[in-house]
Amino acid sequence: MSEPIALKLTAKDFKSDQEVRWCPGCGDYAILAAIQQFMPELNIPRERTVFVSGIGCSSRFPYYMNTYGMHSIHGRAPAIATGLSVSRPDLSVWVVTGDGDALSIGGNHLIHALRRNVNLKILLFNNRIYGLTKGQYSPTSEVGKVTKSTPAGSADAPFNPLSLALGAEASFVGRTIDSDRKHLQSVLRAAAEHEGSAFVEIYQNCNIFNDGAFEQLKDPSTRDDYLIRLEHGQPITFGADGQFCVVHPPGGFGLEVRETSSVRPEEIVVHDATVADPAYAFALSRLPGLDLRNTPIGVFRSVDRPSYDSVVQSQLAAAKATVTETPEQQLAGLLGSGDTWTII
Amino acid sequence: MTKQIRQLDRVVIRFAGDSGDGMQLTGDRFTSETAQLGNDISTLPNFPAEIRAPAGTLPGVSSFQVHFADYDILTPGDAPNVLVAMNPAALKANLADLPRGADIIVNTDEFTKRNLAKVGYQASPLDDDSLAGYVVHPVALTSMTVGALAAHQVSKKDAERSKNMFALGLLSWMYSRPFESTLRFLERKFAARPELVAANVAAFKAGWNFGETTEDFAVRYEVKPAKMKPGTYRNITGNAALSLGLVAAGVRSGLPVFLGAYPITPASDILHELSKHKRFGVLTVQAEDEIAAVGAALGASYGGSLGVTTTSGPGVALKSETISLAVALELPLVIVDVQRAGPSTGMPTKTEQADLNMALYGRHGEAPVAVIAPRSPSDCFFAALEAARIALTYRTPVILLSDNYVANGSEPWLLPDVESLPDLRVEFATKPNGDDGTTFLPYLRDPETLARPWAIPGTAGLEHRIGGLEKADKTGDISYDPANHDFMVRTRAARIETIPVPDIEVEDPDGDARVLVLGWGSTYGPIGAACRGVRQRGLSIAQAHLRHLAPMPANLGEVLRSYDKVVIPEMNLGQLAHVIRARYLVDAISYNQVRGLPFTAAELETTLEEVLKNV
Repeated sequence: MSEPIALKLTAKDFKSDQEVRWCPGCGDYAILAAIQQFMPELNIPRERTVFVSGIGCSSRFPYYMNTYGMHSIHGRAPAIATGLSVSRPDLSVWVVTGDGDALSIGGNHLIHALRRNVNLKILLFNNRIYGLTKGQYSPTSEVGKVTKSTPAGSADAPFNPLSLALGAEASFVGRTIDSDRKHLQSVLRAAAEHEGSAFVEIYQNCNIFNDGAFEQLKDPSTRDDYLIRLEHGQPITFGADGQFCVVHPPGGFGLEVRETSSVRPEEIVVHDATVADPAYAFALSRLPGLDLRNTPIGVFRSVDRPSYDSVVQSQLAAAKATVTETPEQQLAGLLGSGDTWTII
Repeated sequence: MTKQIRQLDRVVIRFAGDSGDGMQLTGDRFTSETAQLGNDISTLPNFPAEIRAPAGTLPGVSSFQVHFADYDILTPGDAPNVLVAMNPAALKANLADLPRGADIIVNTDEFTKRNLAKVGYQASPLDDDSLAGYVVHPVALTSMTVGALAAHQVSKKDAERSKNMFALGLLSWMYSRPFESTLRFLERKFAARPELVAANVAAFKAGWNFGETTEDFAVRYEVKPAKMKPGTYRNITGNAALSLGLVAAGVRSGLPVFLGAYPITPASDILHELSKHKRFGVLTVQAEDEIAAVGAALGASYGGSLGVTTTSGPGVALKSETISLAVALELPLVIVDVQRAGPSTGMPTKTEQADLNMALYGRHGEAPVAVIAPRSPSDCFFAALEAARIALTYRTPVILLSDNYVANGSEPWLLPDVESLPDLRVEFATKPNGDDGTTFLPYLRDPETLARPWAIPGTAGLEHRIGGLEKADKTGDISYDPANHDFMVRTRAARIETIPVPDIEVEDPDGDARVLVLGWGSTYGPIGAACRGVRQRGLSIAQAHLRHLAPMPANLGEVLRSYDKVVIPEMNLGQLAHVIRARYLVDAISYNQVRGLPFTAAELETTLEEVLKNV
């Protein structure tokens, strides 16, 4: 195959003429800018790129991208995008959603898109709060969260979005942060290259209703000790001085954090996103505590599995390959199939 | 021995048995043989929702009624002339429908003490005089079948299961049916197990020969072919016809058909059928739920497919929010509602027409859609094409209201010439439509159809965003402007209201009727048969039937007002009658039944005669 023609697009080409209307200081601005800057490197024509969203602050996203886009209804973006993607394999289809949209009202569509491995890039902006409805707790809010709808503190246990995605058979799972443009783009790059569903959780700050939710991961004084930056093929160590590491303790089921000085180097887990068994990525997803310590970011899992789109399209192609007649002739044959009789 | 052959003009046979007895298949085969002979046919399957209800019980009874005649008929018949009862439950459940003098063929092997007790018979009705008014033919169906298969290499269970073929053979002999198609069918069905082909064929022939030789059946009947329009026919159910209509819509529009569906009775057969037609480019997705099914269909429509979703009433309720989105997005979408008895799970295998209100009004906001309904099984083909035509031409959701009666019932279908089917080709937008030659206005309308351009992803230069938020006229930008919203709401209403639909036609052979019967959907057959009955008594009555429920035909008000009385029979509590009264200020008489079964022509005839007395 010949090299594709370089389209020489720029971030500006992906900005629509619509005024961006998120609250000043919202983390969504940073994500939008990062994505607009990143899209040209995919070298996909704007007209073949579609952003589909549901409802919520994050779901305004498509209006601001100068591509094709649909701002749909609450929770249903993965379903709508499934119909679009499977019927139009030539398109690059992105879903933009939030913690309420994807995990509460739209939970069913999310898990089924992931299990089917529909060729969608699903970006979940997680701010752990309902913003557009003005501050109710969300399915990722911590237990005891005091909000307008939970004055005595929420009683619900939250979802861990990555654990959920892995349980739903996701073939690609990653996490990044709104404020770290370089990292965000690196995860999107890996997601875009993945054939099938790519699920990316983006920690996003809602400065109005849940300000500072991820502050420890951003504050230069704490972030290095809190964040685990996953890199494929590298031993998992973190901390300002690499003083922490991740090990698989014998006899245990999961992964644990230890002081690097207390373990032998060969005991440190070397990150491999391609491990077939989702238990590994799942164990990684369980590392963070409620205080956000030990939060891995990066690509947790990226395994090859045929996309739903490719299987469906190959079935269609195989069926069509047997056709020698015009569609009208085929139709006449179909109508007249079975037991017929003729009256003269 | 030579048997007497008697000519009949019409016969109604009901095959009834346990839901595991294969009565639907038996009825289907008899129907196919009858079609081959050239009779006009109408069928009514009636089965429980349970796949295998407890054996031998009344709720487990499954039946299949077939009406065939040497003239054109409109219904599966009110009362059977012949009942085949495979067990006591089948006899008990169906006896009340039989007129005195009807033939009853019973499988005596199943009339055991235990089976009789299961359905509350103290003594066998075969032994007392409770069936004295009928012509009872006791036949040891099971044991004779097993006996006939003694030399065959099949288990006792498989031999017993072949008893439906014995019954079919007997009935085929009684009514002089050609049976070659059944033999071919058995060869196809059991292709992988030749011993079962042989056993079933042997059972069929044993039944046939039994009729030939037994003293009990002294008479054989013939029903001559009906005078039907020349052409090639096949027998077809409504669900099959609807599926083929959707395939045809794909061919005639040149667009891929995309079906998003979630399994639901009685619509699942459409999903099964369409999933077989990938060579036409038909793509089917069995979605995770009803909402995803319509969402995927809408997503496919956005991408340039003919998006379709098929369901029944409970599913439409779940899809309602997405249908409203489709109204706002102004994209083509076909929603098929094969209605069943509700509310809630209701009676999933029984028929009703009670989703009309939901189709017309069941959405939030002012969210008008087009609504059409087929009148008979074969009409489902043309209704599907019409739904696709409206959806594609006017870029709107269209709800197609089928129901269980037309979906599972069957009739002969004169195959149409493919070239005579409507041309549904559409044009996608390819270039900017703004005055400046560079701007694309996604909500700039075609002045004639009021449809907006269909600009599918992949079209360079037309990148645009659409969504559920109110849009400014022409530009499609988000708008909260009061005047714009008022304009857009009225425009969306006008988009549907101004779709041209054919005038309603009135059938009034005498030309002097003062009473009009107005129906919609599957009541066409029973109403038509009732009107014929009324006319045969020398009275005049007019019949009109609505295919388009939204928008309604332009001449409807004028037609309604030209009669002294308008009667509206419906299998609901008067939903169309409400609309007619509200729209046209016509004091229509509403006649309603919600029994899960179609109207019988006789009941309707009595009702209409009552109305005629008071004109």
